[in-house]
Amino acid sequence: MKLKIVVLAKQVPDTRNVGKDAMTPEGTVNRAALPAIFNPDDLNALEQALRLKEQNPGSTVGVLTMGPPRAGEIIRQGLYRGADTGWLLTDRLFAGADTLATSYALATAIRKIGDVDVVIGGRQAIDGDTAQVGPQVAQKLGLNQVTYAEEILGISGGKATIRRHIDGGTETVEAPLPLLVTVNGSAAPCRPQHAKLVMKYKYATCPLERPAEDPHAGLYAQRPYLTLTQWSVADIDGDTAQCGLAGSPTKVKSVVNIAFQAKESKTLSASDADVEGLIKELLAEKIIG
Amino acid sequence: MANYYTDHPEIAFYLQDPLMRRITELREKGFTESKEFDYAPVNHEDCIENYKRVLEIVGDVAANIIEPNSESVDLEGPHLENGRMKYASKTVENLEATRKAGLWGITMPRRYGGLNCPNVIFSMASEIVSAADASFQNIWSLQSCADTLYEFGNDDQRERFIPRICAGETMSMDLTEPDAGSDLQRVMLKASWDEKENCWRLNGVKRFITNGDSDVHLVLARSEEGTRDGRGLSMFIYDKRQGGVNVRHIEHKLGIHGSPTCELTYKDAKAELCGSTRLGLIKYVMALMNGARLGIGAQSTGLSQEAYNEARKYAAVRAQFGQTIEHFPGVYDMLSRMKAKLDASRSLLYKTASYVDVYKSLEDVERCGSKLTPEQRQECKKYNRLADAFTPICKGMTSEYANQNAYDAVSVHGGSGFIMEYKCQRLMRDARIFSIYEGTTQLQVVAAARYIFNGTYLGIIREMLEETFAPEFAALKEKVSALADTYEKSIEAVKALDNQEAQDFLARRLYDMTGEIIMSLLLLHDASLAPELFADSARVYSLMAEENVIGKAAYIEHFSPENLSAFQTVKKEA
Repeated sequence: MKLKIVVLAKQVPDTRNVGKDAMTPEGTVNRAALPAIFNPDDLNALEQALRLKEQNPGSTVGVLTMGPPRAGEIIRQGLYRGADTGWLLTDRLFAGADTLATSYALATAIRKIGDVDVVIGGRQAIDGDTAQVGPQVAQKLGLNQVTYAEEILGISGGKATIRRHIDGGTETVEAPLPLLVTVNGSAAPCRPQHAKLVMKYKYATCPLERPAEDPHAGLYAQRPYLTLTQWSVADIDGDTAQCGLAGSPTKVKSVVNIAFQAKESKTLSASDADVEGLIKELLAEKIIG
Repeated sequence: MANYYTDHPEIAFYLQDPLMRRITELREKGFTESKEFDYAPVNHEDCIENYKRVLEIVGDVAANIIEPNSESVDLEGPHLENGRMKYASKTVENLEATRKAGLWGITMPRRYGGLNCPNVIFSMASEIVSAADASFQNIWSLQSCADTLYEFGNDDQRERFIPRICAGETMSMDLTEPDAGSDLQRVMLKASWDEKENCWRLNGVKRFITNGDSDVHLVLARSEEGTRDGRGLSMFIYDKRQGGVNVRHIEHKLGIHGSPTCELTYKDAKAELCGSTRLGLIKYVMALMNGARLGIGAQSTGLSQEAYNEARKYAAVRAQFGQTIEHFPGVYDMLSRMKAKLDASRSLLYKTASYVDVYKSLEDVERCGSKLTPEQRQECKKYNRLADAFTPICKGMTSEYANQNAYDAVSVHGGSGFIMEYKCQRLMRDARIFSIYEGTTQLQVVAAARYIFNGTYLGIIREMLEETFAPEFAALKEKVSALADTYEKSIEAVKALDNQEAQDFLARRLYDMTGEIIMSLLLLHDASLAPELFADSARVYSLMAEENVIGKAAYIEHFSPENLSAFQTVKKEA
C-alpha cells in the first residue's frame, strides 16, 4: 500500500563531542560552541522510513522539524538521503518549548499535513533525553504507538509488524495504522547521503534561511524544489497559548554541572562478592537507587 | 565525524586548478544538461560545488563505513562456493553503502544514470576509498572499465550495460592468462563465432583476474585463428547473466585480501564483440590499461596518505627517552619524506588525470556529433601526448612511494609495527602489489623510455620552469633548474654510449630523475599558491630530489657498457 510517512527530526547540539567550552559558567549548554547535528536516533528513524518507502512503492517520506531557520539543514539532510519533502516549523512563538509545547506544535502540523499513515521519530534527542515528545504526539493525535522500535518488519493489511527493544532482548508486536513509532538507537544506522540527491538539493533552503544577497536567487524560479516549506504558528492554525514558552509548564529550577572524572580504575571479577560490593558502592554514591 | 576528504584539505586545493575550468566546460558541454537533469550543474562554480559534495560523501563513507570494516575484510577475505566467488561479509556492506550513496558510474554520462564527473574527480574519490581499504578500492574502482565500454562499444551496448554499472553492478577486465602476464600478446583464450546462435563463444582459462566473478567482464580473447601475436586479439563483453564462466580458484595473497583474485574457466561462454576485431589489445586494452594505471596511482596515493597518518599518529604518542619520538631527527626525517612523497604523488596523479580529462572530453565532443575546430584538434593532441607521457611516471612513481611509505610507517612503529594488531603491517602487505600489477615499475620505465630519449619530458620540464613561482621558493627553483641541466647531460651521456642494452639498463635511473624533477616542480608550483599546505613538502621533496638526481647522474657519468657484464649473471650461467 502507498504510505504517507512523516519523520520527526530535531537539530541538536552535538553533546557527544563535548569540548572544554561546551558549558557556560552558569552551567547551561553553550550552543554556539557545539556543532548542530541531526539528532542520532532521528537518523535511525529516517532509515526506517526510507525502508518502508522502498518496500511500499508509491509511498512518500516527509521530514518535519521545528527550530530556528538554520534547522532547514535537517530537511536537506533528509532530502539528501531519499525523503521527498519537508516542513520547518519556525517562528519566535515556537521558541522555548518544553516537550508539551513541542508535541502540541508537531501534532498540529501533522494534522495540517493530513492523512498521515505512519509517524516515525527517534526515541529521544541527545540534548534533553526525555523520550517524551513521540508518545505525546501520538496521544494528541489519538494514534497507536510503538516505542523503542528496532525494525519495522513490514506493513500489510493495515497493520505494521515491529520488532522492539525490551530489557534483555526484543519482542515483535503488531499495531494497526495510523501509527506513531519511536526508534531506538540500536536500530540500523541511516544510509549515507546520495550523490545525485545532494547535487539536486544542495541549494534547497527555507525563505528565512536565505541571505539578502543570495547567490542562488536566480535558480529558485527554475527549480521550485529548492524552496522548502516553512510554517509559522499561524500557518498551522496553532494556538499561541500552547506554543513555545507560553505553552511550556516546565520550569528549570537550577542546572548543576556534574563532571565525571576517571582518575582511577578498579578491576572486578564476576564473583558474587565483587558484584555485591559494586552494587553497595553505587548505592552509597547514589549513582543508582 | 571523521571524513577522509575534508580531513585532508590538500585534496580540495586542486579543485581550484585553472585547468578545471576547461575540464568542466568541455565535460558539461556548455552546461546544457541542467534543463534535462535536475542534478546537472548550471555553471562552473555549481559544477565544482557538486564535485566537492560528491567527495564529501565519499569521504564520509570511507571514514565511517569502509575503514571500520577494513580489518575484518583483511582477516575474512572472499571465498569460493560452487564455482562462485563470495565477498567477505564486510565487503558486501561496503558495496551496499557505495550503492546507497550513488557512487557508481561516477564518470558516466547522465543519460545512462552516471554523475558525469571527470577523471580527476574519480581519481580523488578513488584515492579516498583506497585510504580506507585498498582492497575495496580495487572492486569499486573497476567501474572505470565502463569508460572503455563507453568509448568503444556501440550505442546498443552502452544502453544495455552502462546503466547497470551506474546502479552498482561490478566489472572486471579479464586479460591475464597463465602464460600471458606482462606479455599480453600471448593471450590464447579462444573466441569463436557460433553460426547457429549467431554469437561469439569463449573457451579457455584466465588467471589472476581481479574481481573475476563480476557482473560485466571485458575479456581479451583470440578471435583470429592461427594468429600468435597481438593483432589476432579482440575485446569481448561477457555478461554474467549469460553464464558459462566459473571461478575455479581464488588466490591466497600477501595483501589486498578483500580483493578477490580469481582463476576463471570459460566454457562456451556467450559473449559479444566490443568494437572491431583485431583491435582488442592494440587499441582497447591499451586504453583500458591507461585508465587502470591511473587507478593504481590513486590507490597508491590513498595508501601513502593512510601510511603517513598512521605513522604520524603513532610518533605523536609514543614516548622514549623522555619525549615523543616525533622529536627525533631519525623519525621526523622519515615522517617529512613520507608527507613529501604523498603530496608529490597526489599532485602528479591529479595533473595526469586532468590531462586525460581534457583530451578525452574533446574526443567525446566529437563522439557526440560536433566537429572539432583545428584549435581544439591541436589541444586534444597536446593533452593526449601529455597524458601518455605522464601516465607511466605516475603509475610507477606513486606505487613505489606507496611501498616506501608503508615500509617507513612500519619503521616508525618500531617493534609494534611488526605486530599484526597495528594497521601499518596491512598497509605494507597491501602496497606490495601496486608496483607489480597493471604493468610493473620496470614496464613503466619501458613505456617512459621513448619520452625520455626523444626529449618530451625535458621539454615539459623546461616549460614548467618558465612558470612563475613565489619569491620564497626562488632558490629552490634554481636548484631544480640546475637538476634539469644535470638530467639533460645524463640523457646525452646515455645516448652517447650508443648501446641499446646499456640504454635499457640505465633507463630506470633516468626514469626516477624524470619523476623527481617533475614532482619537485609540481610541488613548488602548489606551494607557491598554498604555502600553508605545501611549503614544507616542496622543500623536503626538492632536497630529496637533489640528493637522488645527483647520485644517479654520477652513476651514469661513470658507467661504461663494460660494467654490464658484472650484472649479467644469468647470461654468464647460460
